[in-house]
This record gives sequence, C-alpha cells and structure tokens, in this order.
Amino acid sequence: MSGENILQVTNVCKSFGGVQALLNVSFNVGQGEVFGIIGPNGSGKTTLINCITGFIKMDSGKVLYQSSDISGKAPNQIANLGLTRTFQIMRPYYSLPAYKNLIVPLFSPRARRSGGWRGGGKLGDRATVSIDILEEIGFERDSFVPYKLASSLPTGYLKRLELARCLALRPDIILCDEVFSGLSMSEIASMVPLIEKLQMDGITLVMIEHRLRELFRVASRVMVLNFGEKLTEGIPEEVMQDERVKEAYLGSEKLLDYTFEA
Amino acid sequence: MSQEISTIERRRERIDRGIKVRTEGIYAVSSWQEVAYLVLPRLILIVGLLLLPLLAPSLYWKRVASIAGIYALLALGFDFLAHFVGLVSLGGAFFIGVGGYTAAILNTSLGLPLVLTIPMATVGGAMICTLLLLPALPLRGVYFAIVTLMYPLALMRIIEALNIFGGTDGILGVAGFPNRWVEQYLIIFIVILALFALRRLVNEDIGLVFRGVKDNDQAVRASGLSITLYKAIAVFIASGLGSLGGAYLSHIYMWSGISQFGLDFSVIPIAATVIGGGGTLVGPLLGCFFLVFFSEWLREFGTLRIVFYSLILMAFIMFRSDGVMVYAQRKYHQFQRWVKV
Repeated sequence: MSGENILQVTNVCKSFGGVQALLNVSFNVGQGEVFGIIGPNGSGKTTLINCITGFIKMDSGKVLYQSSDISGKAPNQIANLGLTRTFQIMRPYYSLPAYKNLIVPLFSPRARRSGGWRGGGKLGDRATVSIDILEEIGFERDSFVPYKLASSLPTGYLKRLELARCLALRPDIILCDEVFSGLSMSEIASMVPLIEKLQMDGITLVMIEHRLRELFRVASRVMVLNFGEKLTEGIPEEVMQDERVKEAYLGSEKLLDYTFEA
Repeated sequence: MSQEISTIERRRERIDRGIKVRTEGIYAVSSWQEVAYLVLPRLILIVGLLLLPLLAPSLYWKRVASIAGIYALLALGFDFLAHFVGLVSLGGAFFIGVGGYTAAILNTSLGLPLVLTIPMATVGGAMICTLLLLPALPLRGVYFAIVTLMYPLALMRIIEALNIFGGTDGILGVAGFPNRWVEQYLIIFIVILALFALRRLVNEDIGLVFRGVKDNDQAVRASGLSITLYKAIAVFIASGLGSLGGAYLSHIYMWSGISQFGLDFSVIPIAATVIGGGGTLVGPLLGCFFLVFFSEWLREFGTLRIVFYSLILMAFIMFRSDGVMVYAQRKYHQFQRWVKV
C-alpha cells in the first residue's frame, strides 16, 4: 500500500527543563498511508507533532519531508509545503463565521498559488471555495451551520473545521491530533468515513488517537510512545499483543492487568 | 369591512430582518425604508463632520476641530490594532512625533512643498515606525504596549540630549496651509476616508487574516501565514494614520517639537476608544471629537477642569464600559416596524 516515504523522522529529542519529553523517536510514513501514534497521557505524542510542524524547536533530530530537510523551519513555511496539522484543543477564529474561518488558510501563499488572486481560480472567490470545502467535510451547505460564528458551533463541527483548515491548504499530509476525542459515538461514526475518504483522495494521514477501535479501522500501522520513547511499531493487532504496550496502557501492576482482562 | 381589518394580524419585526439575510455579510435591500435604514446613520456622520468647521464659532474652535481630527486618526489606528489585530499600542505619540518631525525636516531642510511632505511623511513615518517596532512584533498584550510606550519617551530624550532637530526649541519655520478652509476640510475628508477604508479593510480577505491573528495566532501559523508579516502590515497601516496626523499637526502649527512625543497622543485615543466603543471604528472617532471639544470647553473652569474630565471618564467606564457606539448599534439593530401577517 505504501510507496515511497513521504515523512522520515529520525532521532527527535526534546526536553522541557528536566523532563525528557521525547527521546530518539524515529519513524517513517509512506505515501498515502494512515499511520497511527498511540500512547498513554503525557507520552509525548502532541510534542512530537509540535516538533515536526515547527511549533516547538526540537533539541536534536531530523525531519525529512518529501526528501527535503524541514527541521528548524517556521510553522508557516512547513504548512506552505503541504504538511498540515490539526490542534487537539481546537483553534478556530471564534469571532468569525465558520466559512470565514477558512478564508485565512485560503489566503496563504500555497493556496493562492493554485487559486489565483480571487482564491478559487475558476471556482469563484474564497467564500465560495470555503463553502465547498465545508460541505465536503460535513457542514450542510444549505443550512445555517457554515454561516454561524465559530464560537457558537459544537465540538463536532469545530473538529471538522480543524480538518477543513488543513484541506484548504491542499495538503499532501495531515497530522491529526486526536480528531475523535471529545466526540459522541454518533459523531465519531460519521467522522470515520470522512477519514477514509481523505485517504482515498491520496492524502497521507498521521493520527494521534486514544479511540483505538476507530483508529485501527483506518490505520495500517501504529507506533506506541511511552514516556517520550518509542516502544514499538507495527500493524495494530501485533502491537496490542505486545507485553510492553499492555503494561504502558494498563499499568505495571499485575492486579490491574488482571482486572482489565477480566 | 371594519371586521375584516380587525382580523388582519399585525406583528412587530426588526427593520434589519430583510437586510440581514442569514449573515452579517449578505445584504438584500428591498425598500426605501431599508435603504434609509442603512444610509441614514452614515449620512448623519458625514454631514455632521463636514458641518463642524462651519458651525465652529471662532477660529479657535475651528482649530480645535482640526486637532480633534488628528486625534481621531490616532484613535482609528488604535482601535484597528487593538480590536482587529490584537496589538494594544500605546504608540500614538510615537507615530505623531515621527510623522511630525519627518514632515518638518522635509519641508525646512529640503524645501519640499506641503503637498509632497504630508504624503511622504505618511509613508516614510509609517516605514520608520514599522521598522523600529519590528523587534517587538512577537510580543503580545501588555508587553507590546510597554515597548510602544517607551519609544516616544526615548526619542524625546534623545532629541533633547543630542540637541538634534532643533533640540528643545524644535523645528521652526514649517510652511503653513495656503488657506484655512483647506486646513480645516482636508483633515475632515481624511478622517472620513480613513474610517470607511478601515471598515472595508477589516471585512476583506486580508482583514479576516488580521482578525485571525487576533483570535488565534497559532492557527494562522498553521494556515501557512506568517503572523509577523501581517502584524507588520497592520502596524504600517496604523502608524501611517498616526504619521499623517503628525505631519498635519506640524503644518498646522508651522512648528515641530518634542511635545509631539507627549503622552497625550497615546492616552486620549485610548480614552476615546473606551468612551466610543472599541471594535466599532466609528466609536473611537466620535469619542475623540467629544473628548477634545469637551476638554477645551472645560477650560472655563480653570483648575477644576481635570476634575470634571476625570469624573466624566470614570462615569463612562463604570456605567457604559462597552462604549456608547456598541450600545447605540445594538439598539439601532433592534428598531422594529409593524408588518401585516
């Protein structure tokens, strides 16, 4: 399924003061793949994404994206190369309507390169394009929802808005930081096909997730982090059989382990 | 017949219902009443400002109107930066001083006429201010405010200590306006133009980027846009307005001096924004005209002037802290009419 590696991360280290948040984390993501990153709370998953996308300067290590070195670049430069991310805590522009939220990414150099000065090329202006993207991501076109202020939208729509911001940049790869968290079961059920559709469109996805069942439906490989270190990597079924992974997730005490299995 | 009329039900409806279809941005005007509803407030503002120099009883009050216009430019810049870009700037004095000195130097040393010095001081002053503020752009909130406050104080003392640009005497012999009507009306036209230009700008695509920077700068970076670039553009616009005011001030007084770096220029626009209503752009403008005229009128009371001034400011902040125009706009949107059902 995976062809060439689109993203190569080698020996990324990051410490905050005395806390080693990441220690020699390395992984590769193939073109068109859905790659999962899992791990208990505080294991450094979000820090890893922050390091890759340039929001945090890593102490050492190297990130190759489409065979070019992007370590140390500014977040906006990285986003302009087509490597986009969502935020775990949604970051919409609360004082703007949902469709105007998307005009900001559509104004970026990357979007303007394909869209011309109006933003949408033949498709129209930026407002038209943003409504199209919102419809694609699950905002009903003829309802009030795309026109509502982002501050009045529920979590489910805000999570979609995060994905829409990435899509507006016409990304090659999206790093999703917990897109399923905080959603109800039915909202998750409607998000999963969306993720599958993105993958079919040829977009590579790296997903940080706590909802393992949904993640394993879409991910072809997963990596497990614990206390900033990579425990293991492989196909989901094998990884979950790993003793170290069980220990990391369920605690090291045998008693706890027993309770959860029963 | 009378029975028939009584069966027709009537209900009240907001006038802007037809105007605001779903969003703030889409207009569908369908009657003269609605046209009037949209045009009237703007017309009253424009006509009112244009009448100001005519209604002013003496040359003194006409001059006050021009000074109020200069403060209004600063207040527009402050409101734009604070409520649409998220940069709280105390740099009014900085912008005025740089613009004023630039215009005065261009006029006295190079002998350029007024029609060239004012535009050149506007653009040149904006470039100087933006370049000097560039290192402070990553700062947010009160930290940016402190840096912008320090610049005018530092520049004032540098001019004094090094005795450059005329030292404490300032630059004398700056050319005045050819005609007092030009002097009075040019600033009014500039203020009106700046108000409507800024109101349009904040709703354009680039304006949405500015507002994005205010709401969530990390998301703007994740959208592939450099926040430093857009903050710099915004500072350029605001400092350009301030420098324009400074250049105008130099030509009105035919003099430029270190009092142009005085803190009045930083503080009064902020007070005007509080009174007028931040985020409305028109509020700070009206606030400036009110404050400047009110403070001049209070001169009759001598020493008690500052007491009255402080009391009225405190009253506004305590009882109408969101500003007059925010309140007025809300009430205006609630006007209702009777419609047949």
